[in-house]
Amino acid sequence: MSAALDLALCALILGVGLASMAGRGVFRAAIFFITYGLLVAIGWARLGAYDVALAEAAIGSGLTGVLLLAAHGRLRRLRAAAESLSRFNLPAAIAGGGVALSFGWAWFALPVPRAPDLTYALPQAGVGNPVTAVLLNFRAWDTLVESIVLLAALIGVWMMARDADWDAPLGLRYHARPSGVLASFGRILPPVGLIFGVYLVWAGAESTGGAFQGGTVLAAVGLVAMMAGIMRPPRVAQGAWRAALVLGPVVFLGSGLAGAALGAGFLTLPEALAKPAILTIEAALTVSIAVTLALLVLGPPDEGGQQA
Amino acid sequence: MSLTIFALTGAALIGLGVYGLLARLHLLRRIIAFNLIGSGLFLFFGATGARGEILDPIPQALIITGIVVALSASALAVGLVVALAQGSGRASLPEDEDAEGRAP
Amino acid sequence: MTPLVVVLSLPLLTALSAIAVPASMRVTVALGGVVTTLIAALWLGGVVWHGGPVVLVLGGWQPPIGIVLRADGLAAALIVMSALVIAAVAAAARYEMAPTPAGPRASFGFWPLMLLLWAALNAVFVSRDLFNLYVGLELLSLAAVALVAISGTAQALASAMRYLLFALAGSLLYLAGVVLVYATHGTLDITLLGARVPSPVDALALGLMTAGLLAKTALFPFHVWLPPAHSAAPAPASALLSALVPKGSFLIVMRLWFEAMPDLAAPSALLALAAMGAIAVIWGGALALVQARLKLIVAYSTVAQLGYLFLVFPLAGGDGINQPWAAGAWTGAIFQALSHGLAKAAMFLAAGIYIAAVGSDRLGDLRGLARALPMTSFAFALAAVTLLGLPPSGGFTAKYLLMTSAFASGQWVWAIVLAGGGLLAALYLYRPVAALFTREIRVRPRAIPRAWQAIPLALAALAILLGLLSAMPFDLLQIGRPKPAEDGL
Repeated sequence: MSAALDLALCALILGVGLASMAGRGVFRAAIFFITYGLLVAIGWARLGAYDVALAEAAIGSGLTGVLLLAAHGRLRRLRAAAESLSRFNLPAAIAGGGVALSFGWAWFALPVPRAPDLTYALPQAGVGNPVTAVLLNFRAWDTLVESIVLLAALIGVWMMARDADWDAPLGLRYHARPSGVLASFGRILPPVGLIFGVYLVWAGAESTGGAFQGGTVLAAVGLVAMMAGIMRPPRVAQGAWRAALVLGPVVFLGSGLAGAALGAGFLTLPEALAKPAILTIEAALTVSIAVTLALLVLGPPDEGGQQA
Repeated sequence: MSLTIFALTGAALIGLGVYGLLARLHLLRRIIAFNLIGSGLFLFFGATGARGEILDPIPQALIITGIVVALSASALAVGLVVALAQGSGRASLPEDEDAEGRAP
Repeated sequence: MTPLVVVLSLPLLTALSAIAVPASMRVTVALGGVVTTLIAALWLGGVVWHGGPVVLVLGGWQPPIGIVLRADGLAAALIVMSALVIAAVAAAARYEMAPTPAGPRASFGFWPLMLLLWAALNAVFVSRDLFNLYVGLELLSLAAVALVAISGTAQALASAMRYLLFALAGSLLYLAGVVLVYATHGTLDITLLGARVPSPVDALALGLMTAGLLAKTALFPFHVWLPPAHSAAPAPASALLSALVPKGSFLIVMRLWFEAMPDLAAPSALLALAAMGAIAVIWGGALALVQARLKLIVAYSTVAQLGYLFLVFPLAGGDGINQPWAAGAWTGAIFQALSHGLAKAAMFLAAGIYIAAVGSDRLGDLRGLARALPMTSFAFALAAVTLLGLPPSGGFTAKYLLMTSAFASGQWVWAIVLAGGGLLAALYLYRPVAALFTREIRVRPRAIPRAWQAIPLALAALAILLGLLSAMPFDLLQIGRPKPAEDGL
């Protein structure tokens, strides 16, 4: 029964993935991709990887999808959204088929699994969720650099602004009617979303959740509030927003350096302090991730065309 | 059984993404193709990490990191596509259009 | 341990500060961080020189649970070279990326992006964990692509997009290999992998990782993105991109083949790598010969110079037990990476000065500029000496080591490539040098501060010093050197 369910799910994933690559029109492709991401998230849940399922749904499908749809809207106004119908490309098919077959072969050629033994390490990690323990303790250096990759992408996106627009607010202007659906939605959603986002970060220590998943929810809350006109989009010149961007990485790096200064070692969390330290780092990271993700979706400062 | 299904689905998705990346010229389509390759790879990885008696948390953590890194790259790429279209009115690379013999 | 922590964290902290502080303080903060990190890099070099490799077990978790960083002689040499190049770039950027000539957008972005690129390089140079290297490479690539786009022109944006497509494809290939490695061996640590139980999946994993890294290193035939991207960026950014960024991915190739999986070094694979390198030397040189703009000549020269690096594989290879030349070839390739970094940064910074002086880098417009800008032009010529591999430069030491290995092992084909590449470099560098030193003046140059003119000269002089004082870097590189670098692959 369960294998049949997985087979059906995987067939669906492949079909929707295929639809996002085939046919004409990038809008259609983006919609299929969002659907695809949600199906893959179900797949992760089936594998028992709930943290990954949440990350895939929030970031892989949701945020990436919003980015693609926003870009499509801008391209349409620039008359660059149209796509030529593509013919079947044999060399590309051979390359894709070859790669797929190699991985298929590799799956059957893999030796018995040799996962590292975490039984002694996990109780010292300070958190009950093993994925959080890996992300914020065992492999904290990865996570620190990753939070900075996100920031580098934002600085890069800002570099796409036209020089004349540099002092403008970030992103295109949205105008929601005060009595419209978006405005009411924008008043109701933020408090609910805020609670849910903070809960995800808090829960991440012991069960499913985490800074990246919670930060994504908070970013969505902020974006809805801005689209509803409750919050104004920031400008690059506003120092408080820039400080919020760097808060998480600074606290993370600072705690790592404190470990080195106190003699424990760089990025070392003594067992007694591990839990409060991880929760502090996650709280600060969540703020920065939420702001960075929201600003990534808004895009560079743009004084250009108006949008309803 | 289920793990094999997920792993082979991952392998097929990687191949599908490679096809789209090479065959499609619109840059947004190529960004979607990159994300397909990435998520197929992660699905394969997740299946390998689930083979043992307990679910290995390290692949899961690496996959979450990978998803965030992929989003960062996609965001920069999307920003570049829009900026490119602002300057040139096109969302594909000039040499690809020449190879195709026509502007899309 | 302390200097390693400083070298890793200070560029990051400075980048974060440069983002957060008001515009008026940005350059001061950035330059303070650059100077302090340079001192820490030299300190780290000294510590490795005296005490051997510096190892940092992050969080106290030994692999396969955690990540280990290790600064051996190779990493320390690259960290010191990068610090010297970035200090020079930062000094030049004070003039070129100031808000008046560059605009507030570019002057905002340049400093944090340069510092993030630096942090990524240092992290990549010391990391022993394959996935951590992936995250570091992504930071490196995203910062590099943004530095190309910073120019804002339609051409720069198209070049940046092409660069990003190659960089992302390279990352995914690399990541695919990493996934297979972990699935097979349950570890990502290079040292542990060196002692792994071999598996049939290893060859596929190594092939995927290497292909991805070659795309990022712009080895022929994956080089097409490099010249337009490196020439479209502002000159200080071009210097970073050409001198430093490809060295990150090249170092990982070296670590994979010499340290993680030396047992997979089949002669045919080594031959293929070197053949691509040889074609890059010839093809890059030939295309440099026909360019009309100085920055494009210098960028195509990078394609050629990176090609030399890959000659190391067959020269340090073979199946014999006694291969005294292997150590020479390995060290020669690293010398090539170091001297090319210093000389190429000098050339791009010189090109930036010419562009500031006459508003163009077309060879016709540069005619006679040596009289108005003698220091800069002398620096360009001196850097050319290194790229040609003439004594007493660092480039000469590199080619001498590679050449003697080629003769000692009877592989004279690679010696022909080395000699022919030098000849091509002489031809393509003769054109700009001749234009600069001609007597007639085409365009009346704007005045350039003398301190700015001196910056490329300092770098070019360092590239020569690398050859004159080659004993010290030579010994540094032997510290913590992997066994296959001594015995051959």
